[in-house]
Amino acid sequence: MAISADPLNLIICGVGGQGNILLSGLVGSALIRKGYHVAIGETFGAAQRGGAVFSSVRISSKKSYGPLIPEGKAHIILGLEPLETMRILQKYGNSETICITNTYPVFPIGVLARKEEYPDHDQLKRTTESLSKFAWFIDATSIALELGAKIATNIVMVGALIGSDQLPLARKDIEDGMRDIFPPERMELNLKALELGFSALRSQN
Amino acid sequence: MSNIATYPDGSCVLLQGNEAIARGALEAGAQFCAGYPGTPSSEIIGTLATVAKDLGIHVEWSVNEKVATEVAAAAAFAGLRSLAAMKNAGLNVAMDFLMHLNLSTIGDRGGGLVVVVCDDPQAHASGDEVDTRWIAQMADVPLLEPGSIQEAKDMTKWAFELSEELRCYCFLRSYTRLSHSRSGVKLGNIPKPERKAMFDTSKCYTPYIAPPKHAALHEQLARVQEIFESSPFNSYTGPAQPELLIICSGSGGPCSLDAIEALNLTESVGVLKLGTLWPFPKSLVEKYLTRTSKVLVVEEVDPFIETHVKETAFESAAVAESLQLYGKWSGHINYYGEMTPDVVIKALSRIFGLEYQTRESDYEQKARDAAKRLVIDRGMAWCAGCPHRASFFALREAIRKDRRKAIVTGDIGCYTLDVFPYGTHQTSVLHCMGSGVGEACGFGELAQFGFEQPVIGICGDSTFFHASVPALINAVHNKSNMTLVILDNGITAMTGFQPHPGTGRTATQDATTVVDMEALCRAVGCRVEVRDPFNIKETTSALRELMRDERGVKVLILRRECELLRMRQERRYPHRVWVDLEKCKGQKCGYCYDVIQCPGISWDGQTDKAQIEEAVCVGCGVCADMCPSKAIIKEEIR
Repeated sequence: MAISADPLNLIICGVGGQGNILLSGLVGSALIRKGYHVAIGETFGAAQRGGAVFSSVRISSKKSYGPLIPEGKAHIILGLEPLETMRILQKYGNSETICITNTYPVFPIGVLARKEEYPDHDQLKRTTESLSKFAWFIDATSIALELGAKIATNIVMVGALIGSDQLPLARKDIEDGMRDIFPPERMELNLKALELGFSALRSQN
Repeated sequence: MSNIATYPDGSCVLLQGNEAIARGALEAGAQFCAGYPGTPSSEIIGTLATVAKDLGIHVEWSVNEKVATEVAAAAAFAGLRSLAAMKNAGLNVAMDFLMHLNLSTIGDRGGGLVVVVCDDPQAHASGDEVDTRWIAQMADVPLLEPGSIQEAKDMTKWAFELSEELRCYCFLRSYTRLSHSRSGVKLGNIPKPERKAMFDTSKCYTPYIAPPKHAALHEQLARVQEIFESSPFNSYTGPAQPELLIICSGSGGPCSLDAIEALNLTESVGVLKLGTLWPFPKSLVEKYLTRTSKVLVVEEVDPFIETHVKETAFESAAVAESLQLYGKWSGHINYYGEMTPDVVIKALSRIFGLEYQTRESDYEQKARDAAKRLVIDRGMAWCAGCPHRASFFALREAIRKDRRKAIVTGDIGCYTLDVFPYGTHQTSVLHCMGSGVGEACGFGELAQFGFEQPVIGICGDSTFFHASVPALINAVHNKSNMTLVILDNGITAMTGFQPHPGTGRTATQDATTVVDMEALCRAVGCRVEVRDPFNIKETTSALRELMRDERGVKVLILRRECELLRMRQERRYPHRVWVDLEKCKGQKCGYCYDVIQCPGISWDGQTDKAQIEEAVCVGCGVCADMCPSKAIIKEEIR
């Protein structure tokens, strides 16, 4: 499998605590094992749990790029939270951008404190669609909750990413990487989460 | 599971910048590493600590950066390769020592000392954007700055060799975008370090007498400059005679290459990337300055390279007087913030008169519209179950009831969030590690000038040991009237749960003596009280009573483990929490969203009642004690 652009720019975004960095590491390591040059930039700073975070992943078969993606140059956005997908899309998206986003909102403290309003679900969805070439919406948190482990939301989403065929990676490549970071007793759950994310996306095609 | 010590020689693995620095130290045979946690530097020592026992090396979290540098220097004096790591602000703490260690040399036993400092342009997790490069110039010691993660590893290794050759410590400067990025790194061999520590007591190393030693440092710098002129860490990419030459370092390199590609300028723009920044490789730069008529300097924050490029051009007969220099002084690159490809794209577009469009104009319009309509900020707030929320709630109550406008002086830690939009805004003065105690001490010494407000200084447990103890002793000695509140959550939480002297564990998880802060405060002559901040009533009344006690220095330790740490260990919630819809007064009250502001409580717009966010609430139950209508109910889970 070749990459559709070189460098291929992927952004993984979400809320601090959702496991953004773990995902970019899983995807990045798998690509390195396939012989690609990979650079990952993480923006988390002082954002502990609850802050906006994103990882930019740049993939090339030619050379090592810097970790930062120029504005408007994202090819793929994997969003673990719908507002965060929009935050990245409006800055880094273009008419060719592919979006895969979790539909489950995580409310910012400003919304909980009633100082701000969380954007309307349908508007957010429609605008995500209109700013992408193609957008998939995955109920990843609901899938993870059904598995009894909300924390596995990120693995459901990486399953969906693999299912989209936008990366030169197969499910097995991610599974190999998972074995390196999860203790054996957590593997069954995470393999299931990966599989459910993969089929959730495929079922929409 | 693999780790940085087990990846084999020759393999290519995904490493974070800080992990690459750690691996570089191991490949250099470093045997002694010390540091104090601080974003974005913490993972260097954190990573080394996880492999220390397997490799038989010493890795420690020191009490502060000055001590970290001192212990690492001692190991170097004893002949070991050693490393000290800290963030930019930490370097300020270590400065006194480093500004003397440069003059004394690090001894003749051949132990190299590398001081790694991680700057934080954009101040993602800092109170400043201080640029370490000037410090190297001030200290007359070499400074290396990696431009990629591969270089981070390779340069760290080389820095040890250089340090040993010079018998002087070397700075390795990292920055957020390097420390916290990851890429594939080709690894080298980790030797088995076998040096034995020993000090030859017939020798004496001090900065005295300074002037001749200072002169020797300058002579040495000239030698180092010669080495740097041909260093492979300085490299040029581009046409032989570029129309414009970019001179850059650090993240300026990749950002420049991206910008050149985006603007199709590969035929006309060249990039001279510098990795050896001090002493400045003037001859190398001069050579490239003669091949062009325009120069753009791309660097983060201060015009360090820019200043030295100007100096180089001024001193050189070969560089054309008509050379045009663009950068910070010309307004093409900012004096603040982080470097991005877009900053360079804008600068180059302006110089070449190019129209650069990020994307089609109708898309741009739609995106801007979406940003305005749909994108809201994610403010920072204490986690659900955080003891600091309860501590500051009690503080707010006590100060309100006291009615004398008590002043609160703050400190660096998770409790810094008090001054952010979703804090309680009790803190009035906040600067650096430990400054809350020193400032409180000062306010508490103003009675003779008519100052009548109660004074409350804040620090955390880790910052207490780091920089607060001398200020506390000062307060006792100089008869200040103040209360110090130590928010003791049992760990250095904000930087990722590193142990400190009060935890009874070392960086390598060995059990050690618990330094008892309570006994320490009593020993220096303070009245000490200890409360659980989750007991809001008792905490509030203790605070009120201490504010009224005008006999010297009082200490209130508010002790409650960090919720994230507790959850990791206990893996259970202590309470089931719910809202009694009958009792909740809805918007007429609004106390939970105006005052409590816990991410675990939301609002049901349809019923106009508070509701518990099941997925976020950790069952601490503190809100049940805060709710004025007693509408939040907690039930203990056994």
